[in-house]
Amino acid sequence: MKYVDAKQVHKKMGSRLLANKLAKALFLMATLFGLVVLVVLIYRVLTAGLPWINMDFLTNRLSTDPGRAGIWGAIMGTFWLMLVVAPVTMILGIGTAIYLEEYATKGRISSFIKTNISNLAGVPSVVFGILGLTVFARALDLGSVVLAGGLTMALLVLPVVVVASQEAIRAVPQFLREASFGMGATKWQTIKNVVLPAALPGILTGVILALSRAIGETAPLVVIGIPALLIPIPDGIFDKFTILPVQIYYWTIDSALVAEYANLAAATIVILLLVLFVMNSIAILIRNKFQKRY
Amino acid sequence: MKGVLHVAKSVVHDSGKKLNVREIIQEKKKTKSVSNLTEKLIPKILFGIAAISVFTTIGIVLTLLTETIAFFKDVPFIDFFTGTKLKPLGENAVFGVLPLLTGTLISTVIAMLVAIPVGLMTAIFLSEYASERTRKVLKPILEILAGIPTIVYGFFAFTFVTPLLRSFIPGLEPTNILSPGIVMGIMIIPMVASLSEDAMSSVPNAMREGALALGATKLEVTWKVVIPAAISGIIASFVLGISRAIGETMIVAIASGSSKNFTFDVTQSMQTMTAYIVEVTGGEAAAGTTLYYSLYAVAMTLFVFTLIMNLVAQYISRRFREEY
Repeated sequence: MKYVDAKQVHKKMGSRLLANKLAKALFLMATLFGLVVLVVLIYRVLTAGLPWINMDFLTNRLSTDPGRAGIWGAIMGTFWLMLVVAPVTMILGIGTAIYLEEYATKGRISSFIKTNISNLAGVPSVVFGILGLTVFARALDLGSVVLAGGLTMALLVLPVVVVASQEAIRAVPQFLREASFGMGATKWQTIKNVVLPAALPGILTGVILALSRAIGETAPLVVIGIPALLIPIPDGIFDKFTILPVQIYYWTIDSALVAEYANLAAATIVILLLVLFVMNSIAILIRNKFQKRY
Repeated sequence: MKGVLHVAKSVVHDSGKKLNVREIIQEKKKTKSVSNLTEKLIPKILFGIAAISVFTTIGIVLTLLTETIAFFKDVPFIDFFTGTKLKPLGENAVFGVLPLLTGTLISTVIAMLVAIPVGLMTAIFLSEYASERTRKVLKPILEILAGIPTIVYGFFAFTFVTPLLRSFIPGLEPTNILSPGIVMGIMIIPMVASLSEDAMSSVPNAMREGALALGATKLEVTWKVVIPAAISGIIASFVLGISRAIGETMIVAIASGSSKNFTFDVTQSMQTMTAYIVEVTGGEAAAGTTLYYSLYAVAMTLFVFTLIMNLVAQYISRRFREEY
């Protein structure tokens, strides 16, 4: 009995190779689909928004009149929000990562915390909004102010910081710790003076990515209760506020009534994407420049 | 050695009396008790910080649970889950969650019909066909796509995709479930693609080479060797995609409207669970009303669905992982 029938193989070869080529073309097209969407999306946003961006748009207060409306309030709101989110999420995220990587014994508690964090990462952002509304805005009676929104957002992006910091700390080679112990340093001295400085670039990259996620997040803050038209400019963490994505949301849904609102939304998107682009560039720069290889 | 002698001498000179080594050690120990204290305190503080993430989960579950129980005192459990009518406002308010469930189900199905094939094919191309150079160009583009805020996708769905679809689907309403479903799928493509690609590129090359040496084409290698070997990671990426689609809020809140129809017609406006939450909280529902409690019942349903999906994904990738 012949195992391979040469004639059969030859006969089928052409169609098999053709199938391979067609499949490759199909896979390439699928990959390029994402690129095409990205180009269309950016083109669409730029053509609708760019002509509306000028100094007045950036520095004016909100207004129902599209010709006079500006996003200074949303910019300041985003700024104050980040001023709450950044320290809170850094302390919680880096602290958790240090505990899990350096102190926790590989047991039930640490694996429970890890499972908990990965499940927390999968909770829809709108549910975090409900938590913020119930606990921070109502139970603690803060109202829909920067602090309530910031704490909610910090918890939402916490898993990103924890996972990135864990990876960065794990990547610090063991011999650095051992050298430090050998010099007589204690565990905390070793962590503070050796591990954290070595892991800092990775941690910072994670923090910036977490913040850029927080800047674009909309749903939790809409749930906490940001009004559609907030004229005053926030002046501290106990003020009511609005942020760029929430402003985009209200302008977009109202564009059915006033067509120009769509342009205002697009212009705000341009600003938002610009901010995200800058933040991500910084993250990549830090990663490439300061990442040490051992 | 010289330094130590110098220090010892200076101790003698400075204090004017003689100190022996034992006394120096005693001296050291006194300052050390402070650092001993920090050594003991720091792990406890860090444990407290790590526990906050657990408290967050407990907080979410507790808030949802207590208010949901209050809701089921007003509205019977059975009526909520079998009711096909949702009319939260007005005199005769009716709370049936089925319109929201169908809305969520349909938008998720549409999204996955886009995300699964395109995402998987993208993953195959990047992992099996693309050269190193092409990969280096294409992967960052996917990352950019994944980093765009969902509100931007919502704007895109509402102001571009819907008008585009309306130009060749005449019956399409200005707000409908089809357009946000498709855009949600586009949003999830990078996630499915990168997770599946990770699974596929962890299949060892020896397996590919074995199949290639037997005369298989690349397509056959992919289809009969790589995908079966990576199937647990691929399926897990699909399940995580589904979970993401169920929880996605802003795209549907903007583009699918707010009519609570119980229908399977994708050209119509429908509401998902997430969009309902946004609509009700946006209207500032007064605390204590049934409308307010319904928010928590819907959020609880949403939370349970996504939690199940995430646990399934974790189970699949752990249970069926092939180790090489």
